[in-house]
Amino acid sequence: MSTTKTKVPAIEGWFVADGEMAQLLGSRCKSCKSYFFPKEDYFCRNPHCKGDDFEEVALSRTGTLWSFTNSCYPPPKPYIAPDPFVPYIVAAVELGEEKMVVLGQVAPGFELGDLKAGMEMELVLDTLFEDDDNEYITWKWRPVAAGA
Amino acid sequence: MAQDVAILGIGMHPWGKWGRNFVEYGVKAANDALDDAGLEWNDVQFVSGGDTIRNGYPGYVAGATFAQALGWSGAKVASSYGACASGAQAINTARAMILSGIVDVAMVVGADAAPKGFFAPTGGERKEDPDWLRFRLLGATNPIYFGLWARRRMELYGATQSDFAKVKVKNARHGLNNPNARYRKEVTEEDILASPVVSDPLHLLEICATSDGGAAIVMSSMDFAAKHTTDPVRIKAVSTVTPRYPNDVIEMPNFATDSAAAVAAPELGFKDSIAAGAYEEAGLGPEDMSMAEVYDLSTALELDWYENLGLCKAGEAERMINDGDTTIGGRVPVNPSGGLGCFGEAVPAQAIAQVCELTWQLRGQAEGRQVEGARAGITINQGLFGHGSSVIVTS
Repeated sequence: MSTTKTKVPAIEGWFVADGEMAQLLGSRCKSCKSYFFPKEDYFCRNPHCKGDDFEEVALSRTGTLWSFTNSCYPPPKPYIAPDPFVPYIVAAVELGEEKMVVLGQVAPGFELGDLKAGMEMELVLDTLFEDDDNEYITWKWRPVAAGA
Repeated sequence: MAQDVAILGIGMHPWGKWGRNFVEYGVKAANDALDDAGLEWNDVQFVSGGDTIRNGYPGYVAGATFAQALGWSGAKVASSYGACASGAQAINTARAMILSGIVDVAMVVGADAAPKGFFAPTGGERKEDPDWLRFRLLGATNPIYFGLWARRRMELYGATQSDFAKVKVKNARHGLNNPNARYRKEVTEEDILASPVVSDPLHLLEICATSDGGAAIVMSSMDFAAKHTTDPVRIKAVSTVTPRYPNDVIEMPNFATDSAAAVAAPELGFKDSIAAGAYEEAGLGPEDMSMAEVYDLSTALELDWYENLGLCKAGEAERMINDGDTTIGGRVPVNPSGGLGCFGEAVPAQAIAQVCELTWQLRGQAEGRQVEGARAGITINQGLFGHGSSVIVTS
């Protein structure tokens, strides 16, 4: 992997990067305090709330593993798959404070056998794909113990 | 409780990969349904089409497309899209037209010509569309979600890959003699477990393919039916419910569940509520069902539906499949047609085909796969973004 490439978020406004540490950016309704990811900023989706004023919030960067799986075949576009294709794992992680499950790929270097529902996971930043000039960065999950 | 409507005729174009225009499949199914009903096309006062988004503009306005192909007759028309629930939406629209007294006879048609391989989102750069973004940012194909749900059963209930494979073995056996099924071949648990893993723990033979096919139903008011036939199969309920907030199970095509931080999750999750809505409308319960047609997009997902339908308690579905409860001859056969495992999915036709199968069963016409003494059955399915789809029919 080239080190001269510019690191660019694969999508703007969904996460913040501070070195290797990542935090997802969600929104919170100022009336009923419901969290949303991706951000809701127009009208609160809680049917008992008419809130239309939201604050941006950084979501918990750790949670517990709800479930996980992998993709053994290249997905169709718009996924940009490396050639040769490298299978990837997707994890569903439950955030305690926000009481919601958030998907993310699992950082490279882990196998399915390393994972078990209920284990603590943390958010990191990693390359999703790259082109000639840029590395496109996204959030990924990894077991907490691994980063310690 | 809702009033009944009658099923006068049903028809299907066999599922497969035929390489023809989807309209042909729909017209064949519609004509078979008319013959089965003993009615003429000009008797139909309302055409309710299930839309397909994979066949260009004619697919978006399927009701009119089929009406034109059958010959403009001045019939009223509607076209419904609800992803996998499109067929149930079309049935529900026809039922509403009949029960409101606007029409007596309605035709429901859905047909698809599907591409090979993974379903992909609509093309272009669409960064506001979660269905596009889930592929771009996560590589979250449909089997990724199936894999997450399957693994959850393993982690929560100790389900095994062998349990999942048994669903496919059963469905393959059920579909062997179904002339409309695409795959009519017995498979063993060993075959399944030896097929390549697509999304762990699920193998290629456990994930439903995409198919061409068409299905149609001629429906009428009970008064009209009384003049034309004796003892028709009845639609007792159509549940097209949406989830209740917060929906705390990860669903296609979402990145996250709703948050239960401010409002507690409802007592019934979305998939439970689809069945509950149907039972309530029919005034019947799971104990009254002789059989079910469920959306086995994956083998493991079929087990989830047993629980959502109330055929057993949460965590008991593995026991049901292992005890043969859901095999023809068992307590409550599931997918006597062979299910999506034998058909592959023809999206807008599939929920209609589920009702066709139950109708053949209730009439005692399901040759080679008959559930003896069938009196009532339920279909269940869910369309992307939160479309409930469940129909209860009785003899």
